[in-house]
Amino acid sequence: MAKIIKHREIVEDAWTVLRLAANEAPDSVRLPAGPTLVPLSVWRARKEDLIRREWEQGAPYGVWLAPTDDAAELAADLDDLPVVAVDFPKFTDGRGYSIATLLRTRYGYRHELRAIGDVGRDQLHYLYRSGFDAWATKQEPEAALAGLDDFSEAYQSAANQPLPLFRRRAS
Amino acid sequence: MYQYDPIDRQLVQQRVAQYRDQTRRFLAGELSEDEFRPLRLQNGLYIQRHGPMFRIAIPYGHVSSRQLRALARIARVYDRGVGHFSTRHNMQLNWVRLDQVPDILAELAKFDLHAIQTSGNCVRNVTADPLAGVSAQEIADPRPWAEIVRQWSAFNPEFAYLPRKFKIAVSGGPDDGANVRIHDLGLQLVRDGAGELGFKVWVGGGLGRTPILGQVLREFLPWRHLLSYAEAVLRVYNLHGRRDNAFKARIKILVKALGIAEFARQVEAEWAHLEDAPATLTETEVARVAGHFDNPAYEALPRLDAGFEFARRRDAAFAAWAAHNLHAHRVPGYAAVTVSLKAPGHAPGDATSEQMELVADLAERYGFAEIRTTQTQNLLLPDVRLRDLHELWLALREAKLATPTVGRIADITACPGGDFCALANARSIPLAQAIQARFCDLETQDDIGELKLNISGCMNACGHHHVGQIGLLGVDRNGEEYYQVTLGGAWGLEASLGEVIGPAVARDAVPATIHRIVENYRNHRRPHERFIDTFNRIGAASFRDAAYQNESTQYERETANG
Repeated sequence: MAKIIKHREIVEDAWTVLRLAANEAPDSVRLPAGPTLVPLSVWRARKEDLIRREWEQGAPYGVWLAPTDDAAELAADLDDLPVVAVDFPKFTDGRGYSIATLLRTRYGYRHELRAIGDVGRDQLHYLYRSGFDAWATKQEPEAALAGLDDFSEAYQSAANQPLPLFRRRAS
Repeated sequence: MYQYDPIDRQLVQQRVAQYRDQTRRFLAGELSEDEFRPLRLQNGLYIQRHGPMFRIAIPYGHVSSRQLRALARIARVYDRGVGHFSTRHNMQLNWVRLDQVPDILAELAKFDLHAIQTSGNCVRNVTADPLAGVSAQEIADPRPWAEIVRQWSAFNPEFAYLPRKFKIAVSGGPDDGANVRIHDLGLQLVRDGAGELGFKVWVGGGLGRTPILGQVLREFLPWRHLLSYAEAVLRVYNLHGRRDNAFKARIKILVKALGIAEFARQVEAEWAHLEDAPATLTETEVARVAGHFDNPAYEALPRLDAGFEFARRRDAAFAAWAAHNLHAHRVPGYAAVTVSLKAPGHAPGDATSEQMELVADLAERYGFAEIRTTQTQNLLLPDVRLRDLHELWLALREAKLATPTVGRIADITACPGGDFCALANARSIPLAQAIQARFCDLETQDDIGELKLNISGCMNACGHHHVGQIGLLGVDRNGEEYYQVTLGGAWGLEASLGEVIGPAVARDAVPATIHRIVENYRNHRRPHERFIDTFNRIGAASFRDAAYQNESTQYERETANG
């Protein structure tokens, strides 16, 4: 089983990330067994399948968002999703930081928010501040974990700390 | 000046530790070139023609004498004893070693200096008026706001991997020494009808490959909403700016594609969720930051100083310098002084370590130990007593820092060009020197009057040639250096982009071409009419005809080269 970083610990992870191959379509792709993170397009096309599968087989599902996806689409269903992931096809594509911020601060998502894809140690701290609490890193998680705490303070408000430093300084 | 508290200091030190470890891992092969590149760029390190170029931030152009000495020492120890002051409040070194950068950063951190976000696709160093707090015209002092923006943008986790770089300027208005319209986000201090302080917000300005002047995003933004509104602008840009093509990734392209009205609608819709969030500024915080910029202990002095007046009458060279390099000060008996980095035969914007140390000493002797950097690549001493000016001038002149050409044609702004930069097509520095040699006579320069000349070695436009009244852009023609000539650019709130007047000119022919352009102005101008105003009145055609007369050989070469 793969290991990920979750809540600052290294844990075994049972989730499969379903990625559509070029010849697969959202409404017909075979859903793998066990806990599965599906792309937004599959969730959109197969919500009832996913709910039934969870009910009958006990296999939970979550959704992963691509940089071009609009987090607002999930807003009404977020309470039902134990995991939402945001994919970083390239670590230099920073849209996922805003997507995570919106999920946490605007849509009130409270469960696991996981960064997947081209995610490494040097992104962990900013990802953490943008609301992520789980990471499937490209390096060994043991090596990546140190990046979480590169800074012990921050000037601005962010998903992990709504109060900017100046409001905390003042109090 | 803003003084760091223990938290500010700790953040900079943690940044040094972070980058030291990143450099170690890169050198050990644990980080690839691609993984390391954005990390080093966000710490100011480019890989250049002769090795790395390292860019140190001078936030909104403020540096203390102590800090300037530290910069001088770093330039001496880690470079060849020269620093280059850029058009955006940075100091650049051209000969540092990649493995030594963490040590340089540690040295800088001891003096509350850093290179945070001086490059890369993130929010860059903030720009402000060089005469902030000095100018009698300003609506309000832009420096506290620039510092508030600096803190908000530093290590902002959501906006570290933007589509492209993002530059913010804060201007005290109304003369706009910060050039808000050539920044991605321009914040111009204004008061509304009720006298409340706020910002006129400009967006989508920038030079480079696709020069565009910023447009008004919001006529009035109350000051307390500054940060939440900036967050809304950046979020819309981060989510919707183009990422498929680096040349179309700046916010100006997004604004152009959507149109300013639709872009503004999206920002307002985003901001509706953020208005009155905890990021809303408080009076306490603004007062805390503004307190750092409280008036230094100015002496009560008469408006005129007899010694200064006498020296001006006695000494023509001093009078010429005083006429060009001084700026009016809102406090009687004081002046702000441009320390010229445009000595003939020297690269524009370059200062040696010895010159920096001298300026640091002079800032202590004749000021409040504070120095500014300007967008025209000079230094500035903001608070000099009139009675000290003659002594100051003698010391500056001794060090070749008193070239009396501020605002004149020889006060050339130029990027480092092909002598240093891997991107440049052309060597801006020798060209600047050739033009300065052509117009070395101050009397001629005075007769020409106000004339900004800017040179960029390539279309990235670091020399801001689009907003020079005369702009020169280096282009490559089959391995030969040519220059495209643009005329009619302007800075500040009268900002305009120059227009290309004709085919590019071979380097050796540039000084003569400029001479003909200037002569055309002198032939056509009305009394007291500036170059830019004559150009706007009579149009480009007249200048084109003048520029290219007797240049058949140039045309033939152009045609022959296809």
